[in-house]
Formats: sequence, structure tokens, C-alpha cells
Amino acid sequence: MPPTTAAIIGSYNPILPEVILVGGALLLLMIGAFIKQKNAIFMSFATFAILVLAAVPLYMQGDLAGTMFSGSFIIDPFARLMKIVTLISAAIAVFMAYDYMSKANLWKYEFAVLILLATAGMMMMISANDLIALYLGIELQSLALYVIAAFNRNSVRSSEAGLKYFVLGALSSGMLLYGMSLIYGFTGSTGFAQIAISIKTSGATIGIIFGLVFLLVGLVFKISAVPFHMWTPDVYEGSPTPVTTFFAAAPKIAAMAMIVRVLYGAFSGITPQWQQIIVIVSIASMVLGAFAAIGQTNIKRLMAYSSIGHMGFALVGLASGSETGVRAVVIYMVIYAIMTLGTFACILAMRREEGTVENISDLAGLAKNDLTMAFLLAMLMFSLAGIPPLAGFFAKFYVLLAAIEAKLVPLAIIGVLASVVGAFYYLRIVKVMFFDEPTENFVPMHGSLRLVLIGSGLFVLGYVVYPTPLVTAAGVAAKSLFK
Amino acid sequence: MLEVGLSHYLSVAAVLFTLGIFGIFLNRKNVIVILMSVELMLLAVNINLIAFSAHLNDLTGQIFALFVLTVAAAEAAIGLAIIVTYFRNKGSIAVDDIHAMKG
Repeated sequence: MPPTTAAIIGSYNPILPEVILVGGALLLLMIGAFIKQKNAIFMSFATFAILVLAAVPLYMQGDLAGTMFSGSFIIDPFARLMKIVTLISAAIAVFMAYDYMSKANLWKYEFAVLILLATAGMMMMISANDLIALYLGIELQSLALYVIAAFNRNSVRSSEAGLKYFVLGALSSGMLLYGMSLIYGFTGSTGFAQIAISIKTSGATIGIIFGLVFLLVGLVFKISAVPFHMWTPDVYEGSPTPVTTFFAAAPKIAAMAMIVRVLYGAFSGITPQWQQIIVIVSIASMVLGAFAAIGQTNIKRLMAYSSIGHMGFALVGLASGSETGVRAVVIYMVIYAIMTLGTFACILAMRREEGTVENISDLAGLAKNDLTMAFLLAMLMFSLAGIPPLAGFFAKFYVLLAAIEAKLVPLAIIGVLASVVGAFYYLRIVKVMFFDEPTENFVPMHGSLRLVLIGSGLFVLGYVVYPTPLVTAAGVAAKSLFK
Repeated sequence: MLEVGLSHYLSVAAVLFTLGIFGIFLNRKNVIVILMSVELMLLAVNINLIAFSAHLNDLTGQIFALFVLTVAAAEAAIGLAIIVTYFRNKGSIAVDDIHAMKG
């Protein structure tokens, strides 16, 4: 970037990505409201472009770190990496959405606006350094997500998904707020830095722990970890598939980044206290994710339980409470997002002449009809199961290693056992594709889906050869939280 | 003469909050009641925030309460909109009828 532009942008450089997202959302809203002939391809491309464009200033920021707005907004390498990953996941989800949404006659310009606003909320969540900013970020994201869950408003299942998500989401934000009010009351401040200082002097008083537990309930709900996962299967199944694709990647990354920031930024003084909670939540998520998925027939529902299990694994890294642990969480989230987007490219491609299908049995004999798709999906399934030498194995390897270093050996052992159980249902999909009698062919995969699937497959296969960029970036990100 | 202090406000807020949570879980009739219960929870939080704000002699809590009120209004609007869509599809908003997806 030439220095003149940088001078104009000046002190607002750190929030430029958010400004681009919100400005883009308003622009698309105006175009949608005032232009009669709405070109769906143009709107779709514009959304994609705005999301990618917002990642450019982040990339340009170099190693900028600091706070804005009286310390309520923070930018550091950790926030930057998580924001870039969130933006790219959202952009890929939008990229894959167009084909499905237009064929299902669901493409409306509001979809683009809501996706952009939700992503702006996620950016705020990642950068929040104050309880008020955190709450507003969460709500901006959640309110937009409730609406897009119910986006297919002529379908009972979609509106039911939206309704369930809304009710449980409102409950969780109530809990979150109650926790925030107690933390504010007992530490005397809403800024993370001041809370950290106050906790250092007061130690773990009952009021702070009470508040922390309520706060964690609200936060853990957003990553759908057990016991606050009840909404996930229904929302994944009921929402239109492109919406599920979006739900599965970007919000999870942002919410995990937010939890890391809250726990390490504000509550690093009482690590042993929150460690217990995270360990229990993590074990419950891994176990439920592994067992509850076994009986599923709907592949979107299966992916919901799969994501619950994966969040459990990411929390293992978080529970270790160390810099290696945070690095492992970051790597885990990136690999998880790429694997999930690849898998959803296949789910979006499950379409016959009469319409879309979403049962696992519909994949029967896919290897005979479309070998590339079957092979890449099989690789993604192996990777999700954590089979070496694919990327998913390394993701699990790093978190378990961090847990062992932090002397959480029982947690690591339960993690390994849960991943063995979980392998069963991933391998079942591979078995159905390669060894079952072929059923009717799918219509050929749309180019955008094939592109994402191939990209995701190459990443999963190639990570073992060239892991350095991701590991280095995650290392820098984790380091910035431990100054 | 009993003086009303911080602990009294916190107790009232805790009771209201618990009522809100129970309203969500025990209610088997109507989704609108859930919406009211959510509002009750948020208002309990506001009492907490204001009480702490007065106790700490710090304005942040009151500003936070204003933000909570604003977001609660937006949340109620979106919740009602979703309930209307659901009612158009299903013809009922009884909690017991919401079971198209299970497992």
C-alpha cells in the first residue's frame, strides 16, 4: 500500500475491515431496496468480493498491535489471523451458496446483507476487549444468524430451525449477560485489562467465579459444546444447506477466538478455576459427538454431531492453559474449517433431477458414478476421523500433545478413545460410497463446489508435506496473547 | 428501619432471573411466553447492572444497561418475526407442536 493511502486511513486502520463489511452491507441493502432488476450473480459476487476485500487491510496491517476506543477494541496477531480465517470461510460459504440458493429459488438480496452483518459481528467478537463490545459483537452475529437459519420461510423445518435457534440463543445471551453483570459488579470494570488486574489482586472470589460460570455458559453455547449443544443438530438439519455451511465454519472460529481471548485476556489470573470447567465441557463434547453421531441417517445432522465432537477437541487445547495449547487451538480451528467446507461442498452437490437429497444412504455407490468426488470426500472423512497422515490427524496431535504437556493425561486419553469411536461413523460413509450398490446418479457437481472440494482435498492431503506456514502463523498468534 | 442495600437489589434480580429461566423451561403452552421470559431475564440483568453501577459509583454499568435495552428490543423484533413465519407454516405456536426434527 502506498504511504499516502495509509496516511488517509490513519488511525482508523485497525477497524478498516469492519468498516468495509458494514459499509458493504449497507451498500448492498440500498442496491437491493432501490434497484428493481436484481442480478443474483452480481449480488453474490459482490458479497464474496466484500468479504475478500475486508481481509486485504488485515493482511496489510503487518504486525500492528494495539487497542482502540478506550481499550474496548483490540487488534493483535491473534485477532488478525482468526479474522482472516473467519472472512475466508465466510467468503467460501457465500461462493458455494449461489448455485444451491438460485436452484432452490431462495436467492434474495437479504441473504447477502445478513451474511455480511453476521461476519461483521464475528469480527467484533474476535477483537472485543471489553464486556460491552463482546456482548454487542455476539448479538450482531446472533441476530443475523437467527434470521438466516429461518431463511427458507416457506419450509416448516427451516422456520423451526430459526425458532429453536432463537429461543435457545436468547436464553444463552441472558445467561451471558447475567455473568457479565456479576463480573462487572465484583471487579468494578468491564474492560478485560482492568478485570485481569482486579482479579490479580482479589483472587478467585465467589462472585467472580459465579460470574465466570454464567459467562462461560453463554460463550460455550456459541461453539455448541455439550451441554449447550441442543440447538446444533436441529439448526444444521433444518436450515437450507448453504446456511448450514456458513454456520459450520465462520461462527465457530470467531466464537472459539472469543473464548480464548476472554479466558486468557481477562481471566488468566484464575486459570485453575476455568480449566476445570473447560475440561468437563471438552470431555462431554468429545464423547457425545462420538456416540450420538452413530445412529444418524441425515448427513447434515451427522455433521452437527461431528462439529460438536471437534469443538470438544479444540477445547482440549484450550484447557491446557499454555501457549502451545492456544497454538494448537488455532491450528485445529483452521484445519477444521477447511475440512468442513470441503465436506459441505459434497453435501451441497448431493442433488438429483428431482431435487436435493441429504441422507447418507443416497451416497451409495458414489465411487462408481463420480470417482473424484468419492475419493476426495473419503479423504476428508479420514481426515475428520484423524487418520494419519492427513491434516485432521495433525490437528488432533497438537491439541493432545498440549494436553499431555499440561499434565492433563486423562483428558488426552479420553480424547483418543472418543476419536476411535468417532472414526466409526466417518468410515461408514466411506464404506457406503465405495462398497454399497450404486443408486441413481447425482447431477454433475457445479464448478464452484468442485473447486472448493478440490482445494480442501489438496490441503488435507498436502498439509503433511508443507505444514510450516500455518504452524508459524499460529505460533505468532498464540505468542501475542502471552506477553 | 430496614435499609435497602446492594444485596436486596441483587436478590430481587436473582429471583427475577430464575423466574425467567423457569418460564422458558416449564412453559408448555405458547412461544410468546418464552419471549416474555427472555425479556424478564434481560431486565433482571439490568437491575443487577444498575445496582452495581450505583454501588461502585461508576457509570459503565448504566451505559451497559442502555445497550442491553436496545439489543433486547432488536431481539424481540426478530423473535416475533420468526414466530410469525413459523405460524404461517404450521398454523400453531404451541411449544408442544414444535417437533418436526428430533434425535
